[in-house]
Amino acid sequence: MKREIERAGVFTRRALLLGGGQLAVLGTLGVRLYQVQVQDGARYTTLADENRISARMIAPPRGRILDRFGTLVAGSSTNWRAVLIAEQADSVPATLDALSKLLPLSENERIRIDRELHRKRKFIPVLVREFLTWDEMAAIEVNAPDLPGIVVDAGTSRNYPFGSGMAHIVGYVAPPNEADVADDPLLGLPGLRIGRAGMEKFHDLGLRGRAGAVQLEVNAVGRVIRELDRQDGVPGEDVGLTLDAGLQQSVLKLLGDESASAVVMDCRNGEVLAMATNPSFDPAVFNAGVSQAQWLEWTADRRTPLINKATSGLYAPGSTFKMAVALAGLEARAITPGDRIGCPGYLDLGDTRFHCWRKGGHGMLDLRGGLKNSCDVFFYEVARRTGIDRIAAMANRLGLGVELELDLPGQRPGLIPTRQWRIAKGHAWNIGDTVVSGIGQGFIQVTPLQLATYASRIASGRGVQPHLTRKLAGVMQPGAERDDWPALGLTDKLLRNVREGMWAVVNEPGGTAPLARLADPAVQLAGKTGSAQVRRVSRELRESGHFDSEKLPWEYRPHALFVAYAPYDAPRYALAVVIEHGNAGAAAAAPMARDIMSEVLRRDPSNRTAPPPAQVAAADPRP
Amino acid sequence: MMDRRIWREPSFDLMGKVLQVNWLYVILLCALAGVGYVALYSAAGGAPEPYATRHAVRFGIGLVIMVAIALVDIRVIAKLAWPAWVGGVFLLVLVLRMGHVGKGAQRWLELGFLQLQPSELMKLALVLALASWFHRASWERMGNPLFLIPPLIAVLIPVGLILKEPNLGTAAITAMLGAAMFFAAGVRWWKFLLVVLPIPLLGQFAYAHLHNYQRARIDTFLHPESDPLGAGYNIIQSKIALGSGGMWGKGFLQGTQGHLDFLPEKQTDFIFTMIGEEFGFVGGVAVLALLGLIIVGGMLIALRCRNQFGRLVALGISCNFFLYVFVNIAMVMGVIPVGGVPLPLVSHGGSAMLTVMVGFGILMSVHVHRDVAFASARDDG
Repeated sequence: MKREIERAGVFTRRALLLGGGQLAVLGTLGVRLYQVQVQDGARYTTLADENRISARMIAPPRGRILDRFGTLVAGSSTNWRAVLIAEQADSVPATLDALSKLLPLSENERIRIDRELHRKRKFIPVLVREFLTWDEMAAIEVNAPDLPGIVVDAGTSRNYPFGSGMAHIVGYVAPPNEADVADDPLLGLPGLRIGRAGMEKFHDLGLRGRAGAVQLEVNAVGRVIRELDRQDGVPGEDVGLTLDAGLQQSVLKLLGDESASAVVMDCRNGEVLAMATNPSFDPAVFNAGVSQAQWLEWTADRRTPLINKATSGLYAPGSTFKMAVALAGLEARAITPGDRIGCPGYLDLGDTRFHCWRKGGHGMLDLRGGLKNSCDVFFYEVARRTGIDRIAAMANRLGLGVELELDLPGQRPGLIPTRQWRIAKGHAWNIGDTVVSGIGQGFIQVTPLQLATYASRIASGRGVQPHLTRKLAGVMQPGAERDDWPALGLTDKLLRNVREGMWAVVNEPGGTAPLARLADPAVQLAGKTGSAQVRRVSRELRESGHFDSEKLPWEYRPHALFVAYAPYDAPRYALAVVIEHGNAGAAAAAPMARDIMSEVLRRDPSNRTAPPPAQVAAADPRP
Repeated sequence: MMDRRIWREPSFDLMGKVLQVNWLYVILLCALAGVGYVALYSAAGGAPEPYATRHAVRFGIGLVIMVAIALVDIRVIAKLAWPAWVGGVFLLVLVLRMGHVGKGAQRWLELGFLQLQPSELMKLALVLALASWFHRASWERMGNPLFLIPPLIAVLIPVGLILKEPNLGTAAITAMLGAAMFFAAGVRWWKFLLVVLPIPLLGQFAYAHLHNYQRARIDTFLHPESDPLGAGYNIIQSKIALGSGGMWGKGFLQGTQGHLDFLPEKQTDFIFTMIGEEFGFVGGVAVLALLGLIIVGGMLIALRCRNQFGRLVALGISCNFFLYVFVNIAMVMGVIPVGGVPLPLVSHGGSAMLTVMVGFGILMSVHVHRDVAFASARDDG
């Protein structure tokens, strides 16, 4: 009995010990709970939010590119695409097999789709095919019940209503590469494109807009539960160009099949109204990526469809350079307007004979006559008297051989040689180099844009700079219509000498470019032809009398050039046309320049706020 | 022999017995089950289906079973102790032979209407068997080491069978439960040392023979961040859920970790995390306090009982409950490795609820029959 009491006592002690120990353990758990929940609470709250909140960006719509009248030049359009949501398909292979009957899928596409399906969660759509045609989309929609998991949705892609017509100015967009994405995470969004050339590139940041952000609550497998917060992005800004899209179209049509380019400018404010290059390419092709075959075809083409000849094509200006030589000579008082120089058909310097284009020579000519007849010997002599450095300085002042302030990437500066430049290259400057420079040959290289600027500056007497941007986000840009460009420092009297010469070239009997004369006698065009040899003609060949550039292979024929402005008495529009291997400027480029200028004057874009009505009976460009 | 002056045999009818049930204790259990209902309602995303309603129904059935068992004479239960042990071992063998395989282990017997986890029943049977053995032990016999060998075997056989399932957590709980019974029965301290001291060595040996998943569990417990999306994921997410609950919690049905499925098995093993996330430290401590009250209540019943069998049974059942609670809560807080142990009366699960309520029924029977005359050890010697 005593022992029973003793046993109960032992039990009581030990039970109290056990119970106390258990309470102590529970208390320890409580302390631990305090550490986790209260002391480390903030840290774990952050972790919990990181778990559940997924911030995603919303792609802003890319800004449009418009012409000066608001005509759409580049916009975003809906692009139908088929996506596959695996969890909605009973059997993915069966669905894809069924889809193949409507939309043949290549082996590579199937492999890509399978790979993406494996990588992504079952509820995330996987792209099957982009750029569906209307018929393909309709076929899929009609057969939707047989295609569980296939959904047609709308993405956006860039479209260019004028296609290849503005490709070199508008440029194109393409999927960004990894380096681009590192700079701006916005570019990592699916389907977003980056401007790769032209205005799309120049104004890319503005066109891109700012991304919106949306905070989504997601669950453990990443499915979106609800939207917590949304900040709408800023849509990309519209870019308004100085171009008149209708004029651009007309100019392109007038260029026909030639490998050629033409630039039309407002000679007072520098607005580029048309900048046409032929042949061209379709910028929309870059949306989806260019095939290697297409790329090879473009790069192998000797007519260089990918190059914007207007800003990057380099040509010897030929006789179109003579106004620069004349102005240099006049300013340096190397000649006076009345000085007469005799042309026997050639100029001998040492043992080298420099020929005039007219075999028999022009006889005695003053400056006006020299320009009107485009006498080579006259300008050999002027150049000889003036010196290359003065000519180069004048050419640069007039916009030749210098980089212009054009807001378009990819411009090439060209070259006007100087004595210094030649010496730096390790050669001596010869008087013969000066003489051939007098007729725009030799080392001189300019672009059609520079020639148009050159014509503008001669016409206005001011240092006009060409530009393409007129409005940003609908706001007129301050410099777009400025006509107070700094004066060139050439007096009107000085300039009148070459202007009159240019007038005579076109409008006076015996001028070299009668074909450039406008049909309307009330409006007169002043211009200058040019033919730029691409290969030196040997003396033997020239003297044999069998020389006929028309018979040369295409790539050896001289380039045909023409620069002009109109109206003569109140200059508004300047123009440069270069036809690659078009032979003579007078025969090929002058009539084209006339037709272009007629169209420019008819449309008169600088004086309108809306495009003119379409011409009922368009003048046939090539009668 | 028994002394009638001490062993007053209370003679009560059925109604008297019902009145003797510790209804305060039953209210505590109801409160705990209520916590379970609220947590399961939240775990289902704010709906009574599929967990909360079934939980309530099961608890109701369990309550009836508990009261029914409470009315069974403790001496009858004592007689069933060894048959229950034999039955438990038989079921453990059966489960190894034809049990339902889940999560890499054979733990369940499919009984059609419910899944039975024999290890849970085994623990109750073990408590009864050990209580029965030590009830008859005289003080002198307790001093004899040979006397301790049969109960040791009675512990080791089921522990071994459970280890073989394999279910490390439950085997450890069973072993600790056995140790608590030995301790309460008065086995001397140094004898425990004899058993406990070799454990580190045995641990090394056991680790070498553990299943890969068990080793992985220990490894990820030691370094949970080393494998955040793998086995350590559960612990990390559970701690994040608890920690983000803070002092006052995110509010009922507002737990993001739980509702967005970052928290795995939130209706079973990680139900306490759910509570901690939504009701914060305050809610977690309240639940801990409730659990503590239930454990203390069980201990009080043990202390008030006037026969050794009843004392040991009440203590064993309380210890079993405590071990459940400790392993579960320590697990969700990342204190011990994850072990598939639910929180009794709170977690979703029929079989666990049933065995727990049977246990409380026996505990209540001890309380109701605390003063009955019960042939004890023959001290006359």
